[in-house]
Amino acid sequence: MTRVVPLRRPWLWLGSAVVAIAAALLALSIYRNPNIQHGVILQYQFAPAILAGLRTTVVLALLAALIGTLLGVLLAVMRLSASPVLRLASGFYTWLLRGTPLLVQILIWGNLALLFEHIGPFRTNDLLTPFVASVIALGLNEGAYMAEIVRAGIIAVDRGQNDAALALGMSHPLALRRIILPQALRVIMPPAGNQFISLLKATSLVSVIAGGDMLTAAQNISSANLHTIELMLVATFWYLVLTTIASLGQHYIERRLGKSGVGIHATS
Amino acid sequence: MRPPEPGRPMLRAQDVHKRYRHEEVLKGIDLEVASGEVLCLIGPSGSGKSTFLRCINHLERIDAGRLYVDGALVGYRERGDCLYEMHPRDICRQRADIGMVFQRFNLFPHLTVLQNVIEAPLKVRREAKAEAVERARALLARVGLADKADAYPSRLSGGQQQRVAIARALAMRPKLMLFDEPTSALDPELVGEVLSVMRGLTEDGMTMIVVTHEMAFARDAADTVAFMDAGVIVESGPPEEILSHPRHERTRGFLARVIGARA
Ligand SMILES: Nc1ncnc2c1ncn2[C@@H]1O[C@H](COP(=O)(O)OP(=O)(O)O)[C@@H](O)[C@H]1O
Ligand SMILES: [Mg+2]
Repeated sequence: MTRVVPLRRPWLWLGSAVVAIAAALLALSIYRNPNIQHGVILQYQFAPAILAGLRTTVVLALLAALIGTLLGVLLAVMRLSASPVLRLASGFYTWLLRGTPLLVQILIWGNLALLFEHIGPFRTNDLLTPFVASVIALGLNEGAYMAEIVRAGIIAVDRGQNDAALALGMSHPLALRRIILPQALRVIMPPAGNQFISLLKATSLVSVIAGGDMLTAAQNISSANLHTIELMLVATFWYLVLTTIASLGQHYIERRLGKSGVGIHATS
Repeated sequence: MRPPEPGRPMLRAQDVHKRYRHEEVLKGIDLEVASGEVLCLIGPSGSGKSTFLRCINHLERIDAGRLYVDGALVGYRERGDCLYEMHPRDICRQRADIGMVFQRFNLFPHLTVLQNVIEAPLKVRREAKAEAVERARALLARVGLADKADAYPSRLSGGQQQRVAIARALAMRPKLMLFDEPTSALDPELVGEVLSVMRGLTEDGMTMIVVTHEMAFARDAADTVAFMDAGVIVESGPPEEILSHPRHERTRGFLARVIGARA
């Protein structure tokens, strides 16, 4: 039998070794560092306050993703509509929310009571609790980014698909929901997954209005016990857990979408 | 299938004009297709054939003139001297009665063959699922694809895809079928299977408007052949007359080019 000998790649091995050694040294230096008290990390890693913050972070991200996705579809459809007014409105929205820092938007929503003391018959501070303000700020911002992602997905679907759907008597919304968006999903999913991972991390910004997320919880603790680095490491661990789960989910969904033959266009 | 009532006009086009930004693509089309009749529309590329078909089911909006399908104005309501564009819901209802088959098939790639066929009956006509599936299977059997019901379109040949597209259109029980070069995207050996399905439809009395370059099909399946050039119908009449004894120089030139290209 013939033996297949793969090409030898000495530089690849050397590079890998350098990286591995550097990583080990870094880990060791953190582990050996006398300024870090590992007991504190272990004490707080599963502390109820941190876990409550973790839960809030997850809920925040999911709600903002939900709002952002719905809003993104709406804005994308407006952007692609025949009406110049709708196109302009959608463009303006995206321009405004992508053109300003998310941190600023969060601070504005969190401090809206300074601008409007009442919303209708309600006191602004009763309605816009830090959590609600955080959801709104993140969701509206997410919508601006999702709009661009969804729009790119819709454009990628062959125009003949819409023609065929309309020719069968489908309304525009029905054609969008049943024919266009399911095919657009394949193009939408990879950037939307990245967007969600960014969102998971961006939730930490709501700590500036005490949004109750994990970073808020970690900071509350560290401002009392002054173990700032330890608590940041506690938070870091959980953020990595969340983003890893999200990446795996993204990978799984993309594989599923890839299997169904979607987007292999029905051309000759 | 509806029993045809011979003589009743299924399509009436009166002085139909359509312009895209700079150029006038349809420059006054007058045409009648009786119920049960087959019209083959021939003409050079860019003469406005596809545009005309798309106007018939209001995928494109016309700029002047009138289009009637089965006696009803397409896309507008007439009151006094004014035309009012219809509510989208009513436009959808009109389109549902007009079947359309495209050059590039346009099957829904994320749905199986069966799902392609039952989608509109379920979601537009709100038929019961069992009934829609039963009829879809019968239609697929009729186009010779009973065994492909659960396949995805990407697994089918071009000829098979186009036959599914025909079954999908028929599932809405249209009173008029529009075909836009249904065999132009096919490998030569696959053209025959699609044309034979279409011949079957003509025998059942389906009213059809077929844009095609298949002169043999036009000759033996059409009741009328119309030659279109630069946005006007240059001449129309029985196939024998138009294809063998064209009166206009432009028709003669076109036919010579088409037939020359095939020889
Ligand atoms: N959406 C469109 N926008 C602008 N011009 C168009 C559009 N569709 C078709 N046309 C133009 O209209 C003319 C007729 O096109 P078409 O109806 O597709 O001709 P045919 O089907 O006879 O080849 C062509 O010159 C084409 O460039
Ligand atoms: Mg054409």
